[in-house]
Amino acid sequence: MSGAEISALGSFMARAHEGQARTLLEQQGLPGRRLEAWRYTPLRALETTGFAAPAPVAPDEARALLARLAPEADASHRVVFVNGALVPELTSLPEGVRLVAADAPLVADRPISVLNTALAQPGLGLHVSAGADAGQIALVALVTGDAPVSTHLAHQVTLEADARLTLLDIQSGEGPYLANPVLGVRVAEGARLTHLRVQQDSQDAVNLAFVNADVSSRGLYDSFTLTLGARLSRHEVLAHLGGSNAAVHVNAAQLLAGNRHADLTSVIRHAAPDCISRQTVKNVIMEGGHGVFQGKIHVDRIAQKTDGYQMNQALLLSERAQIDSKPELEIYADDVKCSHGATVGALDDEQLFYLRARGIPHDEARAMLVRAFLLDALSLVQDETASALLDRRVETWWQKRDPE
Amino acid sequence: MNDFLKISGLCAQIDDNGTPKEILRGLDLDIPKGEIHAIMGPNGSGKSTLSYVLAGRDDYEVTGGSATFDGADLLALEPEERAALGVFLAFQAPVELPGVNNANFLRTAVNAVRRAREEPELDAVGFLKAVRAETKHLHMSDEMLKRNVNVGFSGGEKKRNEVLQMRMLRPRFAILDETDSGLDIDALRIVAEGVNSLRGPDFSALIITHHQRLLDYIQPDRVHVMAKGQIIHSGGAEVALALEAQGYQQYLEAVA
Ligand SMILES: Nc1ncnc2c1ncn2[C@@H]1O[C@H](COP(=O)(O)OP(=O)(O)O)[C@@H](O)[C@H]1O
Ligand SMILES: [Mg+2]
Repeated sequence: MSGAEISALGSFMARAHEGQARTLLEQQGLPGRRLEAWRYTPLRALETTGFAAPAPVAPDEARALLARLAPEADASHRVVFVNGALVPELTSLPEGVRLVAADAPLVADRPISVLNTALAQPGLGLHVSAGADAGQIALVALVTGDAPVSTHLAHQVTLEADARLTLLDIQSGEGPYLANPVLGVRVAEGARLTHLRVQQDSQDAVNLAFVNADVSSRGLYDSFTLTLGARLSRHEVLAHLGGSNAAVHVNAAQLLAGNRHADLTSVIRHAAPDCISRQTVKNVIMEGGHGVFQGKIHVDRIAQKTDGYQMNQALLLSERAQIDSKPELEIYADDVKCSHGATVGALDDEQLFYLRARGIPHDEARAMLVRAFLLDALSLVQDETASALLDRRVETWWQKRDPE
Repeated sequence: MNDFLKISGLCAQIDDNGTPKEILRGLDLDIPKGEIHAIMGPNGSGKSTLSYVLAGRDDYEVTGGSATFDGADLLALEPEERAALGVFLAFQAPVELPGVNNANFLRTAVNAVRRAREEPELDAVGFLKAVRAETKHLHMSDEMLKRNVNVGFSGGEKKRNEVLQMRMLRPRFAILDETDSGLDIDALRIVAEGVNSLRGPDFSALIITHHQRLLDYIQPDRVHVMAKGQIIHSGGAEVALALEAQGYQQYLEAVA
């Protein structure tokens, strides 16, 4: 790559499909600081990088990559994508679950959705029939390459009435790349989707992800995102509570070291009465890490008896560590119960001293307190295997994090 | 005399909202191997500060003097190194650790000091056996092991939890900072028994207390009176009785 003309946008336009998304991308470009919703996470870092389409990867190489980057997906049913393409040899699904053509609809005012649709690659299209319990399925998306490449997988998961599924969504890779996945979720009446996402992309990667969830009456979209990787990442969630007694959980933990930047942005829209939303987001930020949380709870006029809770907490482990937190409540109904809060703090010196006075070395003592801080978020994950996986990933992250 | 713990001319201060505040002002104290000493003194005389400085808390700045333990320069060591050497502080106000399971905490601590002492670590079963023996000894319910460290513990439970940690970590020198405060008579006896059964040629202790009562159960070899950051009087067990009868004034006047 050479020359000043190289830009991410230019490389995207060269690959974009014809259609509305392409037009929007051309008109709007990549989001910058001027856009309120992107104030804390400008994509300037991307500007001078051109992203190519990734090269296909042979099944054997894909298998080795999977073993290296997502060994825990070995035991479960899984759907594996490497460099934006399905690897049928590594994919296995339980009974009663069908792969269908994925079709995540464009959300025109969400730049991540626009970029994804403009360059969309067919992703996971999963359909769980009414009343079926699909158990746990891993969705693994890996990227590898020496020169910057980008993937734009469009996934769609549909649970029909009273269906159940735990989706273990693992994103990882090696080398410099942009992962730009979009997941459309439809949870029909009484269905329950547990979505556990582990973003452990390469340290040179950028991850721009968007989840667009629509939950019907008595349905539950229960999500937890663990953000550990990528130099720049944004996880954006739009959750729509469209029927009474529906619930969404948009919980997350972001662990940041080095100069990494991670942004969790969510809009939870209560569009029906008697719905519940829960959000606990924990940030552990070290060195020059920068965390962003933007969380909006929107309660329509019709959504009486809404029960909303939102908590964002940050543990800053260095002087340079930063968090920007922007909680918003927008309430048009009069009979609602919504609470939110935010805290920012450092490790407690007294607690640290107490542990050390008992012989526990400094770094181990810090690790214990960081884990304790994360506990009330991590303990929200009820699936035992998933919970153990998250604990292990947090542990490894702590051990391997950039030295201070 | 075998110098086990030796403190000479120790001075320490704390930053009190920008102005240095002198708390320890040239404190001398020797505790030989195998002896149990008591310190008594009015509130604010610096007893807890002394225990923190010995355990390695770094908000106190040592501005003079020295403290050695079994020949090692204690003040040059990190808190965890002091613990590994065998120094233990039972905190006057034990710290609550929400989100940290008491049993995990205890096992992590035990194995950390075992590692540092080049002893084999305890596996889950071995640890459980060891801790059950101690909780039984201290009349503690195993349920306390499942809770978060000191969270929701009563004052007495916190103090017993300190003694449990002490016994599990097998120190050579223990400081008990008002471990008796807030204990009823039964709990006091249990705690005293927890200390007495460690008594031996390789165990020394410094017991900070306001009450003669504890010293009825743990017979001290010597009793020191502390005021304004110094030891102002030392004697045998009779000093505690005299204090109980007549208060600190007799000694304070002597130095004034
Ligand atoms: N962190 C602190 N900030 C300011 N003053 C302190 C601090 N810690 C102790 N002190 C002061 O130092 C003096 C000695 O305190 P302390 O060692 O707790 O005494 P004791 O244990 O004998 O009651 C007191 O006047 C106390 O107020
Ligand atoms: Mg005190």
